[in-house]
Amino acid sequence: MPFIEFNGQQIEVDEDGFIQDPSIWTKELAEFLAKTEEVEEMTEKHWKLVNYLHDYYEKFGIAPMIRKVTKETGISNKEIYELFPSGPAKGACKVAGLPKPTGCV
Amino acid sequence: MSSLPKADSLVSKKFKMPKKNWFNAPFEFKKGTYNYGSNPKHHVALDLPNPRNWSPEDQDWQLPENWKEILLEGLRERLDKYRSLKIFMDVCVRCGACADKCHFFIGSGDPKNMPFLRAELLRSIYRREYTKAGKIMGKLAGARDLTEEVVKEWFYYFFQCTECRRCSVFCPFGIDTAEITIIARELLGLLGVNTDWTLASVSNCFRVGNHVGIPPHAIVDTIDMLCDDIEDITGVRVNPTFNRKGAEVLFIAPSGDFFADPGIYTFMGYLMLFHEIGLDYTLSTYASEGGNFGLFVSHEMMKRLNAKMYAEAKRLGVKWILGGECGHMWRVVNQYMDTMNGPADFLEVPVSPITGTRFENTKSTKMVHITEFTSDLIKHNKLKLDPRRNDQYKVTFHDSCNPARAMGIFEEPRYIIKNVCRNFYEMPENTIREKTFCCGSGSGLNNDEFLEMRMRGGFPRANAVKYVQEKHGVNMLSCICALDRAALPPLMDYWVPGVEVCGVHELLGNALVMKDEGDRVRETNLRGEPLEEVGGEQDV
Repeated sequence: MPFIEFNGQQIEVDEDGFIQDPSIWTKELAEFLAKTEEVEEMTEKHWKLVNYLHDYYEKFGIAPMIRKVTKETGISNKEIYELFPSGPAKGACKVAGLPKPTGCV
Repeated sequence: MSSLPKADSLVSKKFKMPKKNWFNAPFEFKKGTYNYGSNPKHHVALDLPNPRNWSPEDQDWQLPENWKEILLEGLRERLDKYRSLKIFMDVCVRCGACADKCHFFIGSGDPKNMPFLRAELLRSIYRREYTKAGKIMGKLAGARDLTEEVVKEWFYYFFQCTECRRCSVFCPFGIDTAEITIIARELLGLLGVNTDWTLASVSNCFRVGNHVGIPPHAIVDTIDMLCDDIEDITGVRVNPTFNRKGAEVLFIAPSGDFFADPGIYTFMGYLMLFHEIGLDYTLSTYASEGGNFGLFVSHEMMKRLNAKMYAEAKRLGVKWILGGECGHMWRVVNQYMDTMNGPADFLEVPVSPITGTRFENTKSTKMVHITEFTSDLIKHNKLKLDPRRNDQYKVTFHDSCNPARAMGIFEEPRYIIKNVCRNFYEMPENTIREKTFCCGSGSGLNNDEFLEMRMRGGFPRANAVKYVQEKHGVNMLSCICALDRAALPPLMDYWVPGVEVCGVHELLGNALVMKDEGDRVRETNLRGEPLEEVGGEQDV
């Protein structure tokens, strides 16, 4: 597994840059991961989305389905792609510290 | 993740064949054309051999010291166990009937993606080790030595086969190339050589009950929201039950259908249908997966994942099982389940409680495909349908490989579609039914790192969709597989922009006139898109 260096620490990520241990996630790490996703600055809307994803994951142990995200944050699918160019699963979830999705998705 | 070339430069019309023997034709682990190596944590979770961090691009794959012995012993065992394998190894005359039938060969032009040559990768080792001619004459008899390079080549090409079995339709001997791929992957697995995407899904399924990894409380939360959406659209509150003992029917869908777009609309269609006919059914948070990525690892793994269907049916005391719009689930159910985890003598031969139809064809498995169930309802006039609610769609149907070729489901989905839509157009004859072209992402290859190859492999399917788009203005590609619903949208965006993807029961849900709706007029379809043009006279 590759590692990324963050604040002098070695953090384990997978081939696509998803962190392997969601429990080490912090806001600072999210900002760092955002830069790898072509997001220069985390705006309020970015945080709204990322916090929602992270909280849902803490509660349910899985990412919320996209329809739920758009319904509960009021951020449309199109806007999600504007915020995170690689999309909700690969971009936003990665920044929120969630694991890569699996199965027929 | 890899950067994908533009659609107009991906596939070439000219194929270059190597001048020398294929033995020496090189291949390269190029980003976009191979799957990541499996993460050791999944090996530990599933008790699989040789957990380690590795990448196919590594020079040293850290194989076990006695890897050759393991592999050859594994092959010998399987030749003894599966007579079909022995026949498939011996009988091919390399006539070439299969050569241009493979979507990966058409899309990549790589000769080793011709099905008979893919099989030769394994056959050449079989000949060397287990036939007299191969032992004595070696290369002259098409035999070659087993080296680490061969292992790498197997990994590359047996994970460029989706086990779709289109080539088998054209083989005069009926060689099932999918079975050869299944065995080759199983042998690689003995060395700890697996793909990460497949093992991650299998590990989730084994641990949590489904490939996506949705725990019970999240399943309920998710399906609750879909019920809210149904209520918003129809005014009707549907109330599915979970893990309910004594229900008549256990319904098992692929987990993609209650997690991912656009599968969720299909799931809403199921729920609306069951409510409307008053079916006494339950969902399960344990048997919460129709699909079976174990099929892409080994027979043993398939058996382990499949076992929970009958186990849960027995625990809940249901009479029979109804299965959703899933692809490879039906290969496992139809061809293996009865003898693998059965007999299910605690279940009854399924009878539709609405029409009284006895599904004799499911006598051995006790499991009915939802399109069989629904088309029977329509045939007996039990549903009130308003096909005009799908008028914004010009629909075509993609026969999903496994329901088509592994169980012969051709008519039922078409019968439903023709009753719920007014605009239906078939793709060309040699790309549908038993000759259907694969989505290019089946058998656990639907991951991002493999995207370039998926777009290449999906090209023939997309090309047929493009034909009906240009000829009839088709804008909706329907299918009966969750993996299709995940894989086809990016394929359409890449090759045929403007075509969306749906399940058959989404179209049914749109057209279904529910008694509890009363005089209320629907304003949107299940996707929330306005139904203006239908006007106020939906209730026919």
